[in-house]
Amino acid sequence: MTTTLSTPTGADLEPTTRRRRRRLGDRLLFAYTWLIILWLCVPIAVMILFGFNDTKGRYNTTFQGLTLKWYGRLFEIPALTDALANSLIIAVLNTLIAGTLGTLVGLALGRYRFRGDGTTNLVMFAVISAPELVMGASLLSLFVASGVGLGIPTILIAHVMFSISFVAVVVRSRVLTLDRYIEEAARDLGAGPWTAFRLVTFPMIFPAVLSGGLLAFVLSIDDFVITNFTAGTTQTFPLWIYGATRVGLPPQVNVMGTLIFAVGLLIAAGNVIAARRRPSSAR
Amino acid sequence: MSRRLAPYLLILPGGLWLLLFFVVPMVAMLSLSLQQGDVVSGYQLTWHWQTYVDGISNYQTQIIRSLWYGFITTVLQIVLAFPIAYWIAFRGGRNKSVYLFLILLPFFVSFVLRTISWKFILTDESFVLAPLKDVGLVSQDFHILGTPMAVIGGLTYNFLPFMILPIYVALERIDPRVVEAARDLYASPVQTFRKVIFPLALPGVFAGVLMTFVPASSDYINSEILGSSGTTMIGQVIQSQYLRSQNYPTAAALSFALMAILLVGIFTYARALGTEDVLKVAAR
Repeated sequence: MTTTLSTPTGADLEPTTRRRRRRLGDRLLFAYTWLIILWLCVPIAVMILFGFNDTKGRYNTTFQGLTLKWYGRLFEIPALTDALANSLIIAVLNTLIAGTLGTLVGLALGRYRFRGDGTTNLVMFAVISAPELVMGASLLSLFVASGVGLGIPTILIAHVMFSISFVAVVVRSRVLTLDRYIEEAARDLGAGPWTAFRLVTFPMIFPAVLSGGLLAFVLSIDDFVITNFTAGTTQTFPLWIYGATRVGLPPQVNVMGTLIFAVGLLIAAGNVIAARRRPSSAR
Repeated sequence: MSRRLAPYLLILPGGLWLLLFFVVPMVAMLSLSLQQGDVVSGYQLTWHWQTYVDGISNYQTQIIRSLWYGFITTVLQIVLAFPIAYWIAFRGGRNKSVYLFLILLPFFVSFVLRTISWKFILTDESFVLAPLKDVGLVSQDFHILGTPMAVIGGLTYNFLPFMILPIYVALERIDPRVVEAARDLYASPVQTFRKVIFPLALPGVFAGVLMTFVPASSDYINSEILGSSGTTMIGQVIQSQYLRSQNYPTAAALSFALMAILLVGIFTYARALGTEDVLKVAAR
């Protein structure tokens, strides 16, 4: 051979080849991304599909045609309905309590430097990264040691405990991006601290309070592990499903799951669209 | 309201809640693990460290298996998550938020329901496996459910978004001019990736490891629903010791030991890399 072959490292290639290769790489990555997204959605699709299944027997295992009847007979299983109602009550109360307490902590962490702010940050971090199993187990240990009966109040205590940190972190990251001169301007114009907060600061952090609250709601309604430890004999939606796995799930569970999914989707999609419309980075 | 007092007043209610229901319970659990007695006649603090020795030696198989499953899951997730995080960060364009939204989609369905859905898909008589067996593509005695593969698959599936997000956050922070500079200095795409992009993404990978290894190795749902007696993890042992046998001291000792193992990792991470990355991902 007389001609020397160029080694196929990127720098030696013709620009067009290089561009073509990059385009191929991009296409592969694009396909891969969608493949993973599909994989993430497979169980959701199955759940939704089997909510429309016209099953004849007790078991919802093979697809037997489309029907809407389960949507009509949604509340036919009293225990399941009670469990869902418990879940909703806990989630709403959790959103209100953790939303308020978390917002206050987030404000303090974002706005002030004070002795103990590092410790507070570390506690937030610890709650977010600690294993749920251990948090549930330790709460149960406390309740056992102090003889407290388990039920909705203990579940709520647990949910507020882990939600506070998430709300605080969301609010804190918004407060950090605020221009503090705006509030100072309000003070210069004669507004008291409370008025300045109410009319100036709060409207600016409100989107973060809202998404923190939404996060608290979702975390609460989906939680299984900590709830499992703090519920006693009380049922919530995920606990009921888990208990019913062995005997087979009724299609009503699929329908409820689908409805919760749809509502969450609508709210979140609204959020994404609103964030896109807002010109500044409002995250 | 004096400016000096303001932050303390703001933190007070939330901080008190966390002190009472996060910090105090940990102490209660430690104390319970050193007590002896039973549910009927009550417990006495006897500093009985032997519970730890017995608990760990009785369940060392499950402890090691959990850490091993957590390790495999985490490695799989890094491999799976990196390309997708890379694509969204560098080629996502104006659709970035749409892609991130799609990746978070599973979180709108309960964790338990998603895992049960997988069981439903992977079971031997399911609409996926049954036709494959009928055609003969897969042998009749082929199972997925009940194998370690099913459990690790479930763990990987359930925690993947927690790996994608932090890697994405780290990649997005990279200044495109740094990458351009590497290309201008004649680095090949592979070299650019290896010497510039990957090192800058490492903090995100570490945050992802923390956010997936901890829940994966302490999980008990995936193994309970998708596994069998051969895949029992330490989480299942702790759960049944607490809730079924009500053998509180052993259960408390095991979960305290598990926490100690994971805590070493968590605080090493916090010391070395700070808490900011994990908090940023949680804020999304």
